[in-house]
Amino acid sequence: MTAAGPLLEAADLNVWIEGSHILQGVTFAMPERGVTSLLGRNGVGKTTTVKAVLGLVPRTGRVAFDGVDITAEPTHAIVTRGIGYVPEERGVFAALTVAENLRIAERRPGTHRYDLVHELFPELEKRREQPAGTLSGGQQQMLAIGRALLNDNRLLIVDEPTKGLAPRIVREVADAVARAAEEVPVLLVEQNLSLVRRVGGAAVVLDAGRVVHTGPAPDLLDDADRVRELLGVSRAAAPAAGTAAPADTEGRPTA
Amino acid sequence: MSTVVLLIVTGLGLGALYFLIASGLSLIFGLMDVLNFAHGAFLALGAYGTWWAANFLPGAGPDGAGFLLALVFGVAAGTLAATLVELCVIRPLYGRHREQILATVGLSLATPALLQAVWGADPLTFPKPDLVRGTVEVLGANIPRDRLLLILAAVALFTALWLFNSRTRYGLIVRAGVQDRAMVTALGIDVRKSFTLVFAIGGAAAALAGALGGLYYGVVTPTQGMSLLIFAFIVVVIGGTTSLTGCAIASVTVALVQQFANYYTVAGLGDIAVVIVLALVLLTRQGGLAAKKSAERVA
Amino acid sequence: MITETEPRATAPDDDTAPPAPSARRRIPRWAGPVAVLVVLATLPFSTLTVPGLFEGALNSPATLHLLAFCLVFGGLATSYDLLYGRVGLLSFGHALYFACGAYTAALLMRMLELPLLWAALVSVLAGTLLSLLLGAVALRVNGIAMAMVTLAFAQAGSILVARDPGRVTGGEEGLSLDTAVVPDAFVGVMNTVNLYWAAVAYAAVATVVVWWLSASPVGRVWQGIRANEQRVAVLGVNPYPYKLAAFTVGGGLASLGGVVYLLVTGGVTPTITTAEFTLTLLVMVALGGAGSRWGAVLGAGLYTYAEHRLRQSGGEAFSALPDWIAAPLSQPLFILGTLFVLMVFFFPGGLTALPGRVRSALRDRRTAHE
Repeated sequence: MTAAGPLLEAADLNVWIEGSHILQGVTFAMPERGVTSLLGRNGVGKTTTVKAVLGLVPRTGRVAFDGVDITAEPTHAIVTRGIGYVPEERGVFAALTVAENLRIAERRPGTHRYDLVHELFPELEKRREQPAGTLSGGQQQMLAIGRALLNDNRLLIVDEPTKGLAPRIVREVADAVARAAEEVPVLLVEQNLSLVRRVGGAAVVLDAGRVVHTGPAPDLLDDADRVRELLGVSRAAAPAAGTAAPADTEGRPTA
Repeated sequence: MSTVVLLIVTGLGLGALYFLIASGLSLIFGLMDVLNFAHGAFLALGAYGTWWAANFLPGAGPDGAGFLLALVFGVAAGTLAATLVELCVIRPLYGRHREQILATVGLSLATPALLQAVWGADPLTFPKPDLVRGTVEVLGANIPRDRLLLILAAVALFTALWLFNSRTRYGLIVRAGVQDRAMVTALGIDVRKSFTLVFAIGGAAAALAGALGGLYYGVVTPTQGMSLLIFAFIVVVIGGTTSLTGCAIASVTVALVQQFANYYTVAGLGDIAVVIVLALVLLTRQGGLAAKKSAERVA
Repeated sequence: MITETEPRATAPDDDTAPPAPSARRRIPRWAGPVAVLVVLATLPFSTLTVPGLFEGALNSPATLHLLAFCLVFGGLATSYDLLYGRVGLLSFGHALYFACGAYTAALLMRMLELPLLWAALVSVLAGTLLSLLLGAVALRVNGIAMAMVTLAFAQAGSILVARDPGRVTGGEEGLSLDTAVVPDAFVGVMNTVNLYWAAVAYAAVATVVVWWLSASPVGRVWQGIRANEQRVAVLGVNPYPYKLAAFTVGGGLASLGGVVYLLVTGGVTPTITTAEFTLTLLVMVALGGAGSRWGAVLGAGLYTYAEHRLRQSGGEAFSALPDWIAAPLSQPLFILGTLFVLMVFFFPGGLTALPGRVRSALRDRRTAHE
């Protein structure tokens, strides 16, 4: 363990995809504890930022994890340093069973936290022999989160976990994310502001491929004008904590 | 009746040959998006390697245990070639699918020419061990024994691959990688290691197909690989890349259609019937290869 | 699915971008091509000998015949490049349309005793229709699946020709040109020059058609499809008819090439129907530089010339070498295939991209020295 410094640092990330300049010098640091939420309207580069951190898209700039420069490392080496990743599209292997989807994520033997995964998502244990492709969207999301929690990770990166889910499921997934955040720092990409409010922590706001705001998440969400200006949400986030349900889709700019 | 049995069993034999080639192709294409034109070269190397060993390798011979040794030698040659191709040609071009295809095209042209340079363009008589000489009577039909050997080999390969897929971690990684390679790396797995493995497996299976194809046709020629390869491609397109069973079913279907149409209509029409089946499958079903691997990977 | 791209693998893409047209050039764009055409057309009047390159004088029948070959393949490769280089369609079945032109023409002249012009017209029409029909089916799927369908169709054609169910194609033997209905100007060694001019004309037609179409509004859509088909579709343009148009024009030009090939070689054999034949076209185009102005013609010309010369020498040039080296080197396809693999590695843009790469390398060195 190095001395208390940022856990994750991204400096001047630039990404071009097919000639479009998607990230234009994104710089942020993520503290060693708690949740850091990556916020912004659709298409401002949140997912690309996450992929750039993981080396899943070609990028320039510098990325450091736990004080070590990981810019030149391939994705698998970056992840092996202790990162759990839940992509936006969940990345569940449809033709593999639930158990196999978890098994493939196993890294160091003897450290797998099946207890935690099954405590959070008892459903996964019941359906272990079922092909993941036959799960509902919510169950697939749980599998994806469970897969990221399986290893003793130092950081979780969770990209829009509540996107496209039914309100009832949103609550369950939000619970899981909040519970995970108690154990391990989380970099959360989210448009559901009630979830962001619930987990608290820091906020990094992107607009048009640039960081336009950083600061504590609760402070930002309390400032309705600022929220409207930065996130384009007409009404500041719905009531805090726990009752995440109805806030899911409202105020979201349509994709 | 006996004709039908004969056609079915010989069809299964041909299907077995297709499966030996197509299973490797489909693994390679599914996992790496490499349309491997060099696969025919592995096949030819397996055939010539076995032929050479049976004639010249001390200890090996055209019959019995000697032939088995020759077969092992041929398969080893194909496996080695496939491994080298992956390490030296495919790997440096990783992520550039067009260049990878072009490179395998180059190899597919150069290898038969090399074989021709060394052993000539004329067909070489392939050794035929006593065990697979002659015929066996099955339900009133006289079935050539070599067809049964082919079927046996394909069943063995199917079982081995199935065990590899379901029992080993590499099998798990390969199955996952066929669906979403990037996600496999995002789970902290160096997927490239399995590329070499898949190439080696595909090369071994193709080399075995080459050697057994030598038994089937009785001769080996430098260009035998190419025509078999095209039918194996068709099998891969019909069977898709996600399941071993799909590949096996497609192999058998293609071979049976070919055998029956060739027998009951004009010779050659069976091969064309296969193409028609392919067109129908592609146009009526957006599954398997057509749906998963679209233009984005290659164009 | 996550879009996966290797950071390091995609980095050097910059230097494959087309070099900006140099500003200092004042010569009109058409001057170069016209000059090339004039040189090609007047070549038969030259008695020059180029020792080492050609055995006889430039206007000797043997040299003209070889050049005619190069030009036929130049035109054919250009028609293939229309698909591969301009639209980004990977077809493994181009041989089919070429063979369709050659075989149809040969059969029409042989069986119906149709005059050359009519036979040519009908066979080009047949080749165009065939490519329209098969293209309409093949283009229903994308990428590799499409490539496989074109391969399968061509294979069906190849088998049909080789097995010869109706006893018309001559099977493995092929067909010879029925000289009775061919104008005398195209018959006999003394008239090689006319065959040569026919080949020049064909190469010019194919090149002009492809250039002209590529510069037209249709060509801009093709460019878009090549760069990113989905984006074209998102912009509200259905790529299908544009791809089919390219496929059909490419097929038509190939079948015209088949007719000229028939004249130049005096016959056809099933080798021109095979998948290997299409693969050689792919090699020619990639060798010269796909989608570039001169790439296909240049690549095809060089490839055909090299293959011919290597075959002619029969490996004698290498007889001084030990046998285990000399034997593989006596196989033209071994040399060409190996060279091609090396080229894919070291000159990915093909020959036409070479000057740009050399320039940028020199520039880099210069800036490094400063």
